[in-house]
Amino acid sequence: MYPIKNFIIVLKQITVGNKLYYAWLSFLGLLIFIGAVSYGAQLKNGLIVTAMRDQVSWGFYISNFTFLVGVAAAAVLLVVPAYVYNFKPIKEIVLFGELLAVAAISMCIMFVVIDMGRIDRLWHVIPFVGKMNFPASLLAWDIIVLNGYLAINLFISLYALYQMAHNREYSLKIIMPLIILSIPWAVSIHTVTAFLFNGLSARPFWNASILAPRFLAGAFCSGPAVMLIIFQIIRKVSKVEIDNKAIFKIAELVAYAMGINLFLLAAEFFKEFYSGSIHLAPMKYLYFGLHGHNTLVPWMWTAMIFNITAFFLFLRPQTRENLFTLNIACVLIIIGVYIEKGMGLTIPGFVPGTLGEIYEYAPTFVEKSVTVGVWATGALIYTLLLKFAIPIYTGELRFYTRETKL
Amino acid sequence: MSKDKCSKNKCKPITRRNFLKGTAAGAATLAIPVGTSDASVWQSFFQKHFREMSKAEMTEVIKRMEKEYAEKYKTSFDIKTTGALPDTLFGYGLDLSRCIGCRRCVYACVKENNQSRDPQIHYISVLEFEKGEKWVSDLEESDKYYNPEEVPEEGHFYMPVQCQQCENPPCVKVCPTRATWQEPDGIVVVDYNWCIGCRFCMAACPYGARRFNWGEPQIPKEEVNPNTHYLGNRPRYKGVVEKCTFCIQRTRGNPGKYPACVEICPVGARKFGNLLDPKSEIRYLIENKRVFRLKEELNTSPKFYYFFAT
Repeated sequence: MYPIKNFIIVLKQITVGNKLYYAWLSFLGLLIFIGAVSYGAQLKNGLIVTAMRDQVSWGFYISNFTFLVGVAAAAVLLVVPAYVYNFKPIKEIVLFGELLAVAAISMCIMFVVIDMGRIDRLWHVIPFVGKMNFPASLLAWDIIVLNGYLAINLFISLYALYQMAHNREYSLKIIMPLIILSIPWAVSIHTVTAFLFNGLSARPFWNASILAPRFLAGAFCSGPAVMLIIFQIIRKVSKVEIDNKAIFKIAELVAYAMGINLFLLAAEFFKEFYSGSIHLAPMKYLYFGLHGHNTLVPWMWTAMIFNITAFFLFLRPQTRENLFTLNIACVLIIIGVYIEKGMGLTIPGFVPGTLGEIYEYAPTFVEKSVTVGVWATGALIYTLLLKFAIPIYTGELRFYTRETKL
Repeated sequence: MSKDKCSKNKCKPITRRNFLKGTAAGAATLAIPVGTSDASVWQSFFQKHFREMSKAEMTEVIKRMEKEYAEKYKTSFDIKTTGALPDTLFGYGLDLSRCIGCRRCVYACVKENNQSRDPQIHYISVLEFEKGEKWVSDLEESDKYYNPEEVPEEGHFYMPVQCQQCENPPCVKVCPTRATWQEPDGIVVVDYNWCIGCRFCMAACPYGARRFNWGEPQIPKEEVNPNTHYLGNRPRYKGVVEKCTFCIQRTRGNPGKYPACVEICPVGARKFGNLLDPKSEIRYLIENKRVFRLKEELNTSPKFYYFFAT
């Protein structure tokens, strides 16, 4: 009987809440509905409802995918200090980072799937069942590392929660090897995603060895910034205590990551503009416009200003350790990296095209609403995960066991 | 009148309200066909990769497809599965000194290969350059959409680009499902029933040669070409990638026919033949003319040679 009872406990926990909880769920539900309606239109008419065309064959969906891979990979930024250096304040909250990784990876997978022309043939990429082109195709690698990362984080977090819910200590013997494994694995999901673009000699903007390092540096800015905001929300709406020390430590790490990110960007700027070869074109398109085409220019400069401002806010202890300025810095860095590692990375691979054509891409209403729907679904996943994880974590919720008197 | 009708119905771009309406239907056409009594839908869902089908399975699939196409286009279809001819490696030559930029090749190709007319899909892009302007390795100054009264335009020259049938095709390497591959005669083909539409190959192609069916491909019934090859010009589906196959349905024959673009060219700028045959025209021009290939620096090793006969 007790597993059924426990299932009911979990079900009750995620369905019963206060007014604010229901309002939040309804809001997400509405966004998901709008996204689903738009996706229905896309299924019916084909990807022609997007602004993507043969010239720019990946757009907003893949941009969001690359950004979110970064968010997911950043869980490792909590894991390293928590377990490897045994930094206690962070160790206590690493669980929420892992759950965020689960939600982010789920969104990544959704974005790749909605970008496919033939979702009915998804089974063709499943190893052994379909005909996966491993190891030649980096997309095959990406499928493996993303799903593997999802599995690792799900296992670690659910196992820990399960043990906690039974008032048991989780066994480090089981969990530690997985935690150690999750560190290089997090780096790998980002590296493989970067290599996906990086390996294409047809696209000079992506075919630069600095791409993977830039990817990682960007990820270690945006991911933790997202977490910093979420942690503050968690401690506001629940009984979870999150030490300021943990928050400020993470903020300090973001400062270093952004420093490296800006340095790598500068290195790329220097190489392209000083040598001034024809491969400069995509960079020029991004920051100055090319032959009068300049859709992305204001966005890229916004990202640049936001990232630099955020860098200084994160760097100075006074602004980093003031929650008001810290939150401003977080928002700036999330927007900055979202532009830079999203559209700012995907689109210049295609502009100018391989035959020199300039096609100005801007997502359509359908693309935007489907994207919002996916984000809302991710937020819903994270909300539900937290809703039952938090009371277990604080000790308010416990499962029945064989020994419990029913 | 007809214009009015057009703006009211079909030709109207999708607006917010319009697609909201169409959504219930959209959800119904969701990829996996549920509750349909038509067994062929499931057969096509579980259809194997072209290279993994047995002879018997292949015959069955071809029969089913011929029936489906016949129903859709109201004419009987022939889908060949002819394999590569022995000792054959196809190569292509394009004489830039002759090309006048008339685009007859573009449209002959569309007709022969059953490309979608709406949305329009072309395998050949003819680039126009101003004389003296940079070209070859920097194509930024090219104009693909030139539209003068008459070609060739004074002071301009033309370079048609299509699939270069690379010896080291980057598109094949990146495909996550092996839906595209290089045949023994050097032609890079796509199994339109195996492609998942991820478009990684399009990002990888340095020659802008691959085309995606962004919408449902439309071919007028009276213009459809029923003489097809499984790996070539059989009608395609929404959401899959397609490309030039050197007219595999024509060239794989004994005697074979020239690709449609070679046949139509009014100035004889296009040459085609077997690179392994020392007496072929393509071998002659490689050995006697000054040839070059596009984007040699990428090491894709195209089997498409540009040259100047005069």
